[in-house]
Amino acid sequence: MALKSSPVLFGWLTRLSRRNFSTSKALAAKPVAVRDALNQAIDEEMEKDEKVFIMGEEVALYDGAYKVTRGLWKKYGDKRVIDTPITEAGFAGIAVGAAFAGLKPICEFMTFNFSMQAIDHVINSAAKTFYMSAGKVPVPVVFRGPNGAAAGVAAQHSQCFAAWYSHCPGLKVLMPYSSEDAKGLMKAAIRDPDPVVVLENEMLYGVPFPMSDEALSPDFVLPIGKAKIERPGDHITVVCAGKAIDTALEAATTLAGNHGIECEIINLRSIRPLDFQAIARSISKTHHLITVEQGWPQSGIGAEICARVMESSAFFELDAPAWRVTGADVPMPYATTLEAHALPRAQDVVAAATAVLGNKISAASSQ
Amino acid sequence: MALKTSAGFLRLKHLKQVVRLLSAHTRPETVINGGKPAEFPGAKAPYVTQMKFLNETSYDPIPIYRVMENNGEIIDSREEPNIENETLINMYNTMVQLNNMDKILYESQRQGRISFYMTNYCEEGIHVGSAAALSPRDLVFAQYREVGVFLYRGVTVTELVNQCYGNHEDPGKGRQMPVHYGSKQFNLVTISSPLATQMPQAVGAAYAFKRVPNNDRCVICFFGEGAASEGDAHAAFNFAATLDCPVIMFCRNNGYAISTPAIEQYRGDGIAARGPSLGIQTVRVDGTDLLAVYNAVSRAREYAVTNNKPVLIEAMSYRVGHHSTSDDSSAYRSLEEIKKWNTDESPVQKFKLYLEHKGLWDVESDKTWNKEARNIVIKTMQEAEKKKLPNWKEMLEDVYYDMPPRIQKQMQQMEEHLKKYPEHYPLDQYQSD
Repeated sequence: MALKSSPVLFGWLTRLSRRNFSTSKALAAKPVAVRDALNQAIDEEMEKDEKVFIMGEEVALYDGAYKVTRGLWKKYGDKRVIDTPITEAGFAGIAVGAAFAGLKPICEFMTFNFSMQAIDHVINSAAKTFYMSAGKVPVPVVFRGPNGAAAGVAAQHSQCFAAWYSHCPGLKVLMPYSSEDAKGLMKAAIRDPDPVVVLENEMLYGVPFPMSDEALSPDFVLPIGKAKIERPGDHITVVCAGKAIDTALEAATTLAGNHGIECEIINLRSIRPLDFQAIARSISKTHHLITVEQGWPQSGIGAEICARVMESSAFFELDAPAWRVTGADVPMPYATTLEAHALPRAQDVVAAATAVLGNKISAASSQ
Repeated sequence: MALKTSAGFLRLKHLKQVVRLLSAHTRPETVINGGKPAEFPGAKAPYVTQMKFLNETSYDPIPIYRVMENNGEIIDSREEPNIENETLINMYNTMVQLNNMDKILYESQRQGRISFYMTNYCEEGIHVGSAAALSPRDLVFAQYREVGVFLYRGVTVTELVNQCYGNHEDPGKGRQMPVHYGSKQFNLVTISSPLATQMPQAVGAAYAFKRVPNNDRCVICFFGEGAASEGDAHAAFNFAATLDCPVIMFCRNNGYAISTPAIEQYRGDGIAARGPSLGIQTVRVDGTDLLAVYNAVSRAREYAVTNNKPVLIEAMSYRVGHHSTSDDSSAYRSLEEIKKWNTDESPVQKFKLYLEHKGLWDVESDKTWNKEARNIVIKTMQEAEKKKLPNWKEMLEDVYYDMPPRIQKQMQQMEEHLKKYPEHYPLDQYQSD
């Protein structure tokens, strides 16, 4: 999949040049694949700031295992686009050290599964050095790469690290869904003075999303810590991030069509800091909450959201218990059928939403 | 060519020759491949018909470079570094100051005044010799037993003691265990507890230096022979070599990693043997010989900065003290074993004798400075104990570059709370705004 997508970029460039002659409103929404939006973000920030550089396995000559760094090596050369030996603990440490010394490294993990080799550098060094140096040594590094389940890559290559990294103070953790998210959040991450973990998704890399002119401009950047209402609705709040939004949107269409239930889908964009205000606001409107994530249930993002609801006045707004839709609590099976069942599906979200709303209906009918 | 050779002592400018001496291939008598070497992407080497395994006995041990005899006499006058008298005395004074600080702070931990300490006995020559050979602008990534480097750079005993006591004048805001010093002003990266993380980070910092046009800075990274067993060490060596970074990887091989002796830490010829195999200029020196360390680091520095390439130095020494105040080394080694490192092989002793030969030092001046150095520490310690604890607000700072609104709110609430109920808090013990 990754290898075949270069015509997409060409096609897009051709369309772009063709449309330059047009003044129609079609300009307002161009489909851009997430991979290209990420590429644009990195390219623009590298152009803007000489201190930004990217390193990782196969990011240079090969254009990146998933082609996110396509063309960057040709444009910026060996000095700023660096192919590394296969040692995550090595290049993550190099990136942290370079950030200590004043550069702004982007450290690509070919997938976040491999970041476990380097997690000591992420947690013990990147996240804590600003604090431990008494505020004297900031660590403006970005750790990025595909996270979560891809397809058919089984137990060791199909996990979500959102809960792992968002557990640690000192880190910021972002999880883009659309192309606009990807570009705006990646640029924010690169500019941020703190270490930022950007959890992308392999399955979304090739998906085209419309991007507005504003989002295509080099000045476009999204704020860290602000969620986006991906779909407004009055009946139930569905909190999710990254690939899980796809699942939630599909469920929302079904729920609206078959049941007349309108979901309000909150795209978290940022896992840490978490925009709890956006969630609380939505709950005060819908009075129902479910969360959707691909990660495991225990100590997950959904667990965190539910806990925060319990600890706040938002709890009193709920008309029914909140439910979590999560990945199954097992290592990812290899068999296609089992794999599909181990991840949240639209029908699981539909079932959860109707069950939560059903509580309300049964309560109302018993009066 | 014979595999066994008697290599002379190792000098950086003779490295090429030494690498040749250590070369392990035998010239084949039959001509293979038309006499041309193989052209695999991974190796350009000659073909042979005789199969032979190589092991640590295939090579001579890497020799240990020395400048001084134990009695302080220079072995080869051409190797005596040209250092000004005033600097030589300052170097010695730093070692003595370090010794006195170690003695008193170690005792103060035993008395429960501070929570933890690590001494530096027998490694003073490594600290001062290397620090003196560097430019003050070179960045230091230390492990945790290099406080002599900090002292030589200009960090004061007061700052170090304040760090150990975690009072409000601790430059680290009282956030870390004792001995986790750091100073941005003196280009000393804050000590990090997890072993060997400083190694790839040092290479990364050196990479950042290399990008500056006409770079005149290098990075020095200290690590022990135990840390060299961490995966990070191999990663750091390989990246330093492949990214061509101006970094001096300085191994303090002091024979023990807590209780694990070097013999159980690795097989083969120590840490130095790993350098040439990864394409890194390498030298092994006597770490108890300050002048040898000085020469090795100053030549390594020149090479690293001129060529933007790494150098590996293995300095042989002995950890005379316990690993830390959490360790009792009498459980795994005899007092007998330690003795000679405290006397004949003591780097402080050797350097003192050298200064005496030069007429720069005598018994009287030694007595006077020892007394003064001790008093500096005692006085500083007494003052440090009386100093206030850090401002409570500092506990909420520096996790993020900009304080998150949630934390700002907590700070405000705490402030209001303290205003309302000051009698319930020992506020007079803490530094105020």
